[in-house]
Amino acid sequence: MADRIANPWGRRTPFGRDEEWPVRVDQFLEEGVDEEDVDAWVQTASILHSNGDALDVAVKDGRMVGVRGRGVDRVNKGRLDPKDLFGWQANNSEDRLLKPLVRRDGELVEASWEEAFDRIVGESKRLLEERGPLAFGFYTTGQLFLEEYYTLGVIGKAGLGTPHMDGNTRLCTATAGQALKETFGSDGQPGSYADINHADAIMLFGHNMAETQAVTWMRILDRLEGPNPPHLVVVDPRPTPVARRATVHLAVKNGTNVALLNALLHEIVKNGWYDRGYVDAHTLGFEELKSTVADCTPEWAAGICGVEAGRIREAARILGTAGRLLSTALQGVYQSHQATAAACGINNIHLLRGMLGKPGCGVLQFNGQPTAQNTRETGANGDLPAFRNWDNKEHVQELADLWNVDLMKIPHWAPPTHAMQIWRYAEQGSIRFLWISCTNPAVSLPELRRIRNILHREDLFVVVQDIFLTETARLADVVLPAATWGEKTGTYTNTDRTVHLSEAGVEPPGETKHDMDIFLEYAKRMDFRDRDGQPLIKWEHPEEAFEAWKECTRGRPCDYTRITYEKLRGGSGVQWPCNEEHPDGTERLYGDADFNTRTTDCETYGHDLLTGAVNSEDDHRAIAPGGRAFLKAAPYTPPHEEPGEEYPFRLNTGRTIFHFHTRTKTARAPQLQDAAPEAWVEISPTDAGNLGVCEGDTVRVESPRGRMEAKARVSGIRAGVVFAPFHYGYFDQKGGDEPAGRARAANELTITEWDPVSKQPLFKAGAVRVTKIADADGSPAPAPTNTASRPAGNGGVPETTGGAGAGVTETTEGGR
Amino acid sequence: MHLANYLGYLHQSEQYLAAGFRKVGEGHAAEVDVFHTGNTLAQQCEAHVEALEPFVERYGEEKPTEPDRLYHEFFDGTREGGIGLIRDLHDLYLMANACDIAWIMIGQAAQGIGDRELLEVVNSCEGQTATQIKWLKTRMKQAAPQALIVAP
Repeated sequence: MADRIANPWGRRTPFGRDEEWPVRVDQFLEEGVDEEDVDAWVQTASILHSNGDALDVAVKDGRMVGVRGRGVDRVNKGRLDPKDLFGWQANNSEDRLLKPLVRRDGELVEASWEEAFDRIVGESKRLLEERGPLAFGFYTTGQLFLEEYYTLGVIGKAGLGTPHMDGNTRLCTATAGQALKETFGSDGQPGSYADINHADAIMLFGHNMAETQAVTWMRILDRLEGPNPPHLVVVDPRPTPVARRATVHLAVKNGTNVALLNALLHEIVKNGWYDRGYVDAHTLGFEELKSTVADCTPEWAAGICGVEAGRIREAARILGTAGRLLSTALQGVYQSHQATAAACGINNIHLLRGMLGKPGCGVLQFNGQPTAQNTRETGANGDLPAFRNWDNKEHVQELADLWNVDLMKIPHWAPPTHAMQIWRYAEQGSIRFLWISCTNPAVSLPELRRIRNILHREDLFVVVQDIFLTETARLADVVLPAATWGEKTGTYTNTDRTVHLSEAGVEPPGETKHDMDIFLEYAKRMDFRDRDGQPLIKWEHPEEAFEAWKECTRGRPCDYTRITYEKLRGGSGVQWPCNEEHPDGTERLYGDADFNTRTTDCETYGHDLLTGAVNSEDDHRAIAPGGRAFLKAAPYTPPHEEPGEEYPFRLNTGRTIFHFHTRTKTARAPQLQDAAPEAWVEISPTDAGNLGVCEGDTVRVESPRGRMEAKARVSGIRAGVVFAPFHYGYFDQKGGDEPAGRARAANELTITEWDPVSKQPLFKAGAVRVTKIADADGSPAPAPTNTASRPAGNGGVPETTGGAGAGVTETTEGGR
Repeated sequence: MHLANYLGYLHQSEQYLAAGFRKVGEGHAAEVDVFHTGNTLAQQCEAHVEALEPFVERYGEEKPTEPDRLYHEFFDGTREGGIGLIRDLHDLYLMANACDIAWIMIGQAAQGIGDRELLEVVNSCEGQTATQIKWLKTRMKQAAPQALIVAP
């Protein structure tokens, strides 16, 4: 048995370049349950990160009792990460929401579904009559299923007709999607996880993969332990487990990514490390890129980023000379200043080098959440379904025909409203109805005091659909108790386009309803009709919704038409596009260097990276991209809120491997909760020395927007930067939905600002000050020691372990 | 030669536009994208003013003598709320277009007299002015339905 809290990545199964990644099946069963006691193993995939690990849930006496990785699946070959292994226990929690709640005389009280729906539908009809569809906003998630998102999207776009729909995916994956659209013409991940098997060099940019997609990191670790391992170039201000394995680690100041990327591009151009033939035949914008980066020498970037020029040069040499290059990116790019410009810069490296669509040559613009890809695909976020272009009348007409509604019904006069703007409209009182599904903005959005104020507004009717009484649910007018993963059936798609089926293994508890049934019931009661007077939503079950979705994707880049539930049952997940031409799915996109940039096909006509100004159809037609990709260049601009005298540090927020989002589930899994029980703040030894702060002292962190207090972890983070995990809110504290006494949510500090193109909020921006407020009480900071928050010094801090309760079986071909 | 007249007009107009972007950004600071992008574009306009300076020296600067119709009312203050934002952006849109056509006129003149340096400045700045207009249009289109139909 392996303690997978102490060693989150488990035992190594080394392999060499171009070999198959060996199978290792991880299994965890709750205490007292043996394999032979299990009544059924029910197929599903991870729901607590975007990696898409395929797994089976063990069911005994109608109850979940464990999990086992699926060795047959292309994504994980049987492996599971700590959240997969232990997070499912949250399903069985005593404090699940079991009945609807409605606000009566200021208090949330239990109610019947009838009463809850009466309130919601009554308010909806009144508002629709008095103010029209623009008074409605929907804020969903990256954790529902494809079928549910598509249903929600049709309700919003063709039922009510509101453009105000987005997901918390705006916080996690908007930049990934946007950068793919800007460079390649449409969303769609070019690469495959299997590129790790073949790469000579891997760049992980702002991507602590070891903690965010731990199983894919296991694949890299196994390459590193095998023959001819790849070089790693790692960009991160923190000494993450990934950075510790780097050939070159560039610990840049957060906010300076574009300066670094322009220097890397400068070196690639200057040294002639680019593929002239590929650039000429398949790209646009080379001359502009060349002139943008002409003066961006490593020395220039070194001054801005705070790393040595020699290291930048060395990184550029690795990227410029690798035979097969894979790059990955995550929140260090997407939630930082100049997010889209930086993500496009990574794409540019691959276009310059012609390294796309071949084994080992790919870009993986990662997602944060398990089903974020589907929010993006189905149009439950600020996009139109199946990567259609809101600015292309024919695309909108296709949807109108598919749904049998008038074109005018579908809002397409401007980009669908992004999340931060939805909240702003609510703050201004023009959105009066906000339906929040499966997400917890009262902890996860920036500048929490402001968000709480909006949720408290008298003129805003708030519906929250969730499985626990979250911080946000406490502020709702109606709370709808939902069934969750393992209790419902549907599909979802991971970062590398792999679609998995997730089957219901156990009955939903209490009076909880499937999310799909909640949306369908709303549509029925609102009596949404198509042009012929028939019900707008023509499906009743997930599989029917999936079939309807397939029609929506026909001929689009994310073509699902040859995927069926049956095809997904039993074997491995399948990568889209999966159609007549590719009946078994598609491992990599753009092997033929034919990009989705034709004016009639593309998902966007493109944006100016500095301002977000939208190009018109005429602009796009005039350039005549005709299948060529865009090398989009942008000069570096300094962040808007730089450290100064009053607030001398850069704030960085992020995750730890042991928690997901606002701990709604992971705090209820004892092994995960015990591994990281409380908030902390990371600070470098130099800064700690200057402030007189020692490990375990309590510090106050303040920004112009708010404050938090936590114990300090003196770690190897770069000087001048402080880090706080964003997971910790108040649901398990006295305040419930707000700080009562000591605030501990990192988002008390964060700035309300977003990238001009992707509109992703900048959680890794803003300036703070740090003050010591109490000496250590003898115990260290509650931060894990085996992650990016590892203590700087030796000794004094006990190692993070899980003990007997975290014992996991790992089975490889050679046996256990 | 009346190039000096147009240079004077553009030199002045870019200064007004810079001030306008800042003012609208600050007046609507709760719209954080308007605030930040406004500041960024103000800096761009100021750079344009600077880039024009050698040519103002070379050709002289005639202050426009006609009444200043476009800016007079604008600088009385910004408006409030959703509709106020659109009206303020609308003013900036007109001002930016005034700059845009002036760049074109000056570009024509620069070609006529064969001033390559001036032409280079025109080429590098007029694209930015065009993007400023595009951004204003983007932002106004986004805001219009909400502001015109449901804003309180």
